Formats: sequence, C-alpha cells, structure tokens
Amino acid sequence: MTEGTLDTAAMPQRRETPRSLSVAFAVTVVLLVAAPFVVYPVFLMKALCFALFACAFNLLIGYVGLVSFGHALYFGWASYLAAHAAKVWALPPELAIIVGTATAAVLGFVAGGLAIRRQGIYFAMITLALAQMMYFFALQAKFTGGEDGIQGVPRGWLFGVFDLSQEMTMYLFVLIVTLAGFLFIYRIINSPFGEVLKAIRENEHRVISLGYKTERYKLVAFVLSATLAGLAGSMKALVFQLASLTDVHWSMSGEVVLMTLVGGLGTIFGPLVGAFAIVAMENYLAPFGQWVLVIQGVIFVICVLVFRRGIVGEIANMLRVQL
Amino acid sequence: MFEIFGLPSQALFGQLLLGLINGSFYALLSLGLAVIFGMLNIINFSHGAQYMMGAFTAYLLLQYAGIGYWESLVIAPIVVGATGILIERLFLQHLRQLDPLYGLLLTFGLALIIEGLFRNTYGSSGQPYQVPATLQGGRNLGFMFLPNYRAWVIVFSLTVCLATWFAIERTRLGSYLRAATENPVLVRAFGINVPRMVTLTYGFGVGLAALAGVMAAPIYNVSPQMGSDLIIVVFAVVVIGGMGSIMGAIVTGFALGLVEGLTKVFFPEASNTVIFVIMAIVLLIRPAGLFGRAA
Amino acid sequence: MTIAGRVAFLAAVALVCAGTATARAQERTVKIGVLSDMSSLFSENSGPGSLVAARLAVEDFNPAAHGLKVEIVSADHQNKADIGANIARQWFDVDHVDAIVDMATSSVALAVSELAREKNKVLLVSAAATSDLTGQKCSPNTIHWSYDTWMLAHSTGKAMVTTGGDTWFFITADYAFGQALERDTTAVILANGGKVLGSVRHPINVNDFSSFLLQAQASKAKVVGLANAGGDTVNAIKQSAEFGLSKGGQQLAGLLVFIADVNALGLEAAQGLVLTASWYWDMTEGNRAFTKRWRAERPGRFPTMVHAGVYASVIHYLKTVAALKSDADGRTVIAKMKEMPTEDPLFGKGFIRADGRKIHDAYLFEVKRPDESRYPGDYYKLRAIVPAAEAFRPLKDGGCPLVTN
Repeated sequence: MTEGTLDTAAMPQRRETPRSLSVAFAVTVVLLVAAPFVVYPVFLMKALCFALFACAFNLLIGYVGLVSFGHALYFGWASYLAAHAAKVWALPPELAIIVGTATAAVLGFVAGGLAIRRQGIYFAMITLALAQMMYFFALQAKFTGGEDGIQGVPRGWLFGVFDLSQEMTMYLFVLIVTLAGFLFIYRIINSPFGEVLKAIRENEHRVISLGYKTERYKLVAFVLSATLAGLAGSMKALVFQLASLTDVHWSMSGEVVLMTLVGGLGTIFGPLVGAFAIVAMENYLAPFGQWVLVIQGVIFVICVLVFRRGIVGEIANMLRVQL
Repeated sequence: MFEIFGLPSQALFGQLLLGLINGSFYALLSLGLAVIFGMLNIINFSHGAQYMMGAFTAYLLLQYAGIGYWESLVIAPIVVGATGILIERLFLQHLRQLDPLYGLLLTFGLALIIEGLFRNTYGSSGQPYQVPATLQGGRNLGFMFLPNYRAWVIVFSLTVCLATWFAIERTRLGSYLRAATENPVLVRAFGINVPRMVTLTYGFGVGLAALAGVMAAPIYNVSPQMGSDLIIVVFAVVVIGGMGSIMGAIVTGFALGLVEGLTKVFFPEASNTVIFVIMAIVLLIRPAGLFGRAA
Repeated sequence: MTIAGRVAFLAAVALVCAGTATARAQERTVKIGVLSDMSSLFSENSGPGSLVAARLAVEDFNPAAHGLKVEIVSADHQNKADIGANIARQWFDVDHVDAIVDMATSSVALAVSELAREKNKVLLVSAAATSDLTGQKCSPNTIHWSYDTWMLAHSTGKAMVTTGGDTWFFITADYAFGQALERDTTAVILANGGKVLGSVRHPINVNDFSSFLLQAQASKAKVVGLANAGGDTVNAIKQSAEFGLSKGGQQLAGLLVFIADVNALGLEAAQGLVLTASWYWDMTEGNRAFTKRWRAERPGRFPTMVHAGVYASVIHYLKTVAALKSDADGRTVIAKMKEMPTEDPLFGKGFIRADGRKIHDAYLFEVKRPDESRYPGDYYKLRAIVPAAEAFRPLKDGGCPLVTN
C-alpha cells in the first residue's frame, strides 16, 4: 500500500521519544532556568507567554493544516477575563488564569464550530473576520476598558503561598506553566488522536473514507489550540498586569503566524525559538519602532520564499534529526 | 411625510442612498479581490495596501506633476497595476504549486512592508487631496443634500463593476481566463499563454484596487493605514458573496452598503460589526456563500 | 546587541563608573526618556517632534553650567499600552532612566503613571487627553502638561455658547475618550444656557461619516461638535466640507484637533473649524524662534502644543534637579517642581497644582480661509482666550486623593 508524501519532520517513526527531542528539551530547560540571572526576567516572561501562544497556534497549522488568522481572539479575550477576574473579582492568580483559559475554550468552541465548515483559505478568512468582530466588541464593551485596557491587575499570591510580585517567583511560575503546556501539546501530537489529525492534514477524504468523523477531530483540535492560546493570554495579563486592545487586534494574530513561520511550521521547538526571536527583535528595535512593521514584512516574505522550514526546521534538516 | 420606525421617510431615503454609495466602494474593492481569487486562487492580502498606493499615487501626481484627478484615474491604476505585475513575476509565480497559504502569507508580508514604508516616508497624519473642481458642490434632492462627487462615485463604480463582470463572464478573453483556472495544462495546449494571462489578471485586480483608491482620495483621509482595516471588511464581503463569484462580490458589496447604512441610523455603534454578524449567519445557512459554488 | 549583551555592557560601565566615582562626584547624570508614538496614529502630534523638543530644551538649559550631564533616550510604543508599559519598566529597572516624558496616548500614560509611582520615578505627560491623570488616578510622581479633556471641552464649549453657538449636535467616537469629551462638553453647554439637540455615536476608525453628517444637518444645530480624534476627526472634517455643512450655516467644532491635522487637511477643507489649544507657534516671538529651530529638524511640519509641552516640562524638570543639588527620588523632585513656579519662552510664567496639573491659558482658535493665510503655517486666528484660572477643572472637583489633605 503506497502512502502519499509525508512530511518526515513532523511524523515520528517510533512510539518512543527520539533522542534529539529529549536532548533539545533538556538544553531548553537548562537555558531557561539559568536565563533570568543574566537577562531581564520580564523580557523572558513575555517571550515565554508568546512561545506558548505560538505552540498552541502551531498545533493547528503545523499538525492539522488549518490556518487560523484570528488567534488573537482567544489570546486577547482570555487576557481580558483573567485580568478582570484578578482585579475586579479579586480571585487568586490560579483561579484567574483558569477563568481566562475557560473563556478561550468557549470562544474556541463557538468560533471553531462556525469556521470548520469551510476549508483552507475560506477557513482562514472566517477566523479573521470573527476575530475582527470580537475586536470591535472589545473596543466598545465597558469592562474591557476600551482604549485604556484593564490596568493595575494584581498578581496576587499563588495558592495563597507564593508571592507573585517577586519577579523570580513569577518567572518560575510562568516557566513551569509554559513547559507544561509545551509537553501537553507534544503529548497530543504523539497520541492516536494526534495521528488522526496528521492524517487529516495529509488527505482528509481518505480519513473520512476510513470512517472517522473528521469534523469532530478538527473541532477538538481547534478548541485545544484556542484553550492553550488562552492560557498564554491569561498568564500574560498577570505578567504585565495589563490587558489591552493590542491583544485582540489582528496584528497580534499576524505576529503569532510570523513567530511560528520563523521558528518552523510543524516542528516541536520551532514556535519556542520563533517567539524568542521575534520578541527579541522587537525589543532591540524599540528605539526604531517605525521599522518594526517593515522588518516583520520582510521576514514574512523571506521566510515564505526561501526559508520555509524556519530556523528549527533548517537545523533539523541539516542535522537530519527531528526537532 | 410618513414615518418608518420613528424616522421620517425622507431621512431614511437619504441614508439608504448614502448606503448605496458606500456599497459601490465595497463593490469596487471586492471586485479586484474576487477577480484575483476567483481566477487565480490567490488571496491578495496586499489589496488594502494597493488601494492605499492608488490614493497616494493620485496625491503624488498632483503634488509633484500637477496632474489632476481625471488623469490620475487612468494613470494610477496602470502604475500600481504594474507594481502588481512585478510582484507576481518576482514572488507569486514561485508559489503557484504550493499551498495557497503561502500566497496569503507572502501578500500579508508585502502589505506590512508597503504600509510601513509609506508610513516612514509620509507620516501617519494624512495628505490633503480635494474634490476635483468639476465635481464640487451638490444638489438638494429634497430629502437630502447629495454632493456631486458621491453621485459620480456610484455611477462610475457601477459601470466598472458591470464592465468587469461582462468581460469575464461574457467575452472570449474571459472564457479563456476561466478555462485557464480550471485546467491550465489543457488551455496551454491550445496555445494560449497561461502564465502571461495569470500575470496580467493579477495586475488587473491590483489596478482595480488602485482605482478604488483614487476614487477615495478626495473624500477619505489619504494616509498609509487607510487600507488596513478596510481589507478585512472586503474579505468578509467576498466570503459572503461566494469566493469564486464576481457577481456575488458586486451584489454583496452593494447590499452591505445598504445594510450598513441602515445600521448607522438605528444602531450606529454596531455599524462596524454588522458585516461580520451577517457573515456568520450566511456561513451557517449557506457555507458556500450566497452565489458561490460549493467547494 | 542582545539583551544579555546590553546588560553585560551596562554592568561593565557601572563598574568603571564606580571606579571613577570619586573623580566624577561633582557631575551628576540625569537620564530622560522620550516615550512616544513614533510611527503610528499620533506620530505627528507627538512622535519624533517630541524628541526634537526635548533635545532643544536640554540645549537651552545648558547642563554643564549647572554641573549636570543629561542623556536622552527615546522609544516607540506604537500606540500600544503594553509595549509602552514594557519599555518604561525596562527603562526604570535596567537602564536607570530618571524621568519619562511625552506619552502620546492616554492608555500608555495611565499605565506608565502607575509604574512611575511603583518605582518612585518621574513622569511628565505632555500628550494624553484623560483628565483622570490629575483626577482619580493622580499620583505624586506624575505631572500633566499641555491639555486634557476637561480643558478642551470647557474651552470650546463655553466659548462657542457664549458667542452664539448655543445649539449643538455631537458626532462622538464610541469609546471612553469620545464619550468623556461629549459628556464634559455637554455639561459646559448646559451650564451656559445652551442646548444639545442630539448626538450620534460612531465606531472608531470608520471611514465614512456621510450618514452621521446627514443626521447632523437634519438636526439644524448651530454647532456640530466632533468628539473624536486622529483619523476620525480628519475624515469627518473633510467630508463635512464635501456635504457643505458650513455653507448651510453650521459651524464645526473639533474637540481635539492639532495643527498637524489641519496640515493634513489643507485649509481648503479645514477653514472655519473651531478648536482649542494651549499653544500656537505663531503667537509670540519666543514661539516663533523655537519653531524655527524645531523645523530645521522636522521640515514641512509645525510644532503642536504637545511638543511645546515636552520642551517646557523638560526645562522645568532640569531646573528642579539642579536646584535640588543631590540625587533625589521621584516624589521629591515632583514636589519641588510643584513648589517652584514655571517659566519658559513658550508658556511664559505658570505653576503646577497639588494634583499635578500644569496651569496655563487656553486659546480658542478658528482655522483661516485659504485667502487669509499669508505664509505656510499661518493657519489660525485667535477667537478667545480662556484665562488660566478658568481653563482647568477646579482642584476640588477632581477627586484626587493628594488634594484632600
């Protein structure tokens, strides 16, 4: 029985974790634990939140083949709800994050239900339009604070024990959650469920003919992706103690696409690397903010034309390992 | 006169007419997008930026060459269309075999570059551009004051839309184009230069965007970000109309203008979001769009 | 340079500085950060022009004569509150910035005001409309220069009503800023015997105002008030010229309009527009001199009241730091700034109130017709002066916690 062309970078041949991945993971953890002692921790936390966001996005685009151009919807609205929960309802941080994440899950379910009806580019357009609609809603709704956003969000005490206003404590918390999300995504991809998703990306009709209800699988993947994006957004609200319109704007959706593209679509570590790269670039360019837009555009063009595998994809290809 | 929903009928007719005029803008913009997607299967995310380039070209022509509105209506689409052809030759043709996603991402990146460069050069505030002398002023229609320029907009847009639809659906050249989309190999075998047709079609779609830009310059603020929020509305229009359908885009464009006009009267805060709500409803009932062919 | 590289570099510099500390003890370093919208919607009102204004202020102050060394850094927050807060946080934590100026947007100003309070540094806001900065959200680390919504509403509203424009129709941007502007102006109109005949709320960033202008025309109000900003205002004004609003006898009042917007519109479209500003480049010799130097670096443009505010706030800040003679924290500096009266070539003599509000005159301008303008930039004619004592919200009405002792 001949199979269609499969992208070997994304499909492991064995059940057990390849050595390359374990090594890469170990290196990543060591680097991230040591980093806050040399690098400004707030910058690192920002990168970590975006890394989780990008990983969640990558789940959809890299493994299911669905391009969502409106992922800011889940990221931003989770951010708003988490901020509101922490500030107005005075919930402790772990509950505030759960509120935010749950919001994203619900929104993902509704939006996904609408968008899944179409494929490919149509799907992308629908996600974009829905996100834009919710952006306008966020602009006008009272509780989001409109242009000002929700400011002065308290970080609180995690489980009543850990004071999150201490930068290092907060950093450790963000790191643990991000790594947990990352591992969770890895687990999803390498499970029977994940195999079906990858098969859907390769050839949906064949999967349908095998008797699977692909719509359901796609919807579940969509909701998972939205939920994890929401987790990232909720954490971000606590890190910066601010939830604003930027998080729901379509340019945020574009940024996460950029991060994933630069890092490497369909690779495990790609989104992580891509997020750090883009956040670092923007930080470095802060004095020259007017060039950020142009440079992002140039990176998009270059990646699409000649650098489709992304940073991690190219490294994996050179070393002939899976990353 | 009689009242409809608490609004005097005069006011309502005035708003409906304005809505129709706005609709003609949407129709003109979505026309270019529908042509490019329908014929070439490319999502042109830089459509908004090219619309902006059309408006800026008109401004620059006036500023540095003293060339007025009427000539700009012809020159700007050609100039911007030429850049479109360049984009197709340099970038898009390499992506033809790949997933359409990459075309989307590329044009998205180009849109960022174009908007960023214009913003760095000209700032964000906007450039002055006036209504051409021959079209200034207006007439009192009884139920409202209609500026002459707006009347011109609706007449011209309608003409361009119908002419384009006719060219694509009813002429021989149009039929070659439609055939080339369905089966390029076979059409090529007939001796028709398919790649050149593709390039010219993209250029034409971009030229339509630029034409809309020139039309917009006298009444909307000519600034680098003028296209970026508009583009998403236009995408929604094309999705509702059915993404392969030219007539669908035109009809939906006008219809949206009307619906938005009504919303501005009865529920103005929602006039931004009504299009997306309609899109969601249409997708639930008819996933292929109103005029679309089922994918 | 990477962040790690930058931090390492700073650490090295710090070591060197510590080593030569005794030799350098006489000269103090002050670091000022210009945080503005350098590329997006408000880049013309604030933006790079504010950086130029800050540099001119430092030049004019002549730090060497006071035994000070002044460094200026700048960054672009792209009109996004979280980027702005991020940059400010990093500046305060890592880069030893003492004072941040400009701001460009209310949302960033509010966020950074909180940060300045937390880190006990100085924030001098020249470009944010929200009057909350000296009201409920006032802070002992923040001073608000140039303008705020109360001043704009009160000035334009009162001046128009008392000169015959007593019936109003509002076209309001449907978000907090627009609503606040409409609310404040309505209060002034009613208090002065005028009437508001109606209003319409529009979503932000809408291109086409024809429908709303039609409603404004139908209302037959004498004044159509635009409670919006930026591109919305420009579009509304451009299209009201198209629809012949002024020919129909209605006057247009822009509640937040900068000279940069008038520049973008051209006098043809903007003529007859009424607006309030606290500074105009062509009003005094001092203003003109400053404008000449400013325009050398920003050709084709004219400085706004924001740029003037940055200049004035930096000069007053430096004077205060020099007077304090030793390194002081944010609260001490701000308290001293409120204690010392202000004086500079742009705003003349003035003072800062307990709630952080800088007090100066406000002016009602009308945009000239094209035939009335004799040279580039000759855009405004003065219609009325609102004296400083009346131009800003009374101290007791703000609800500022700093005031109630």
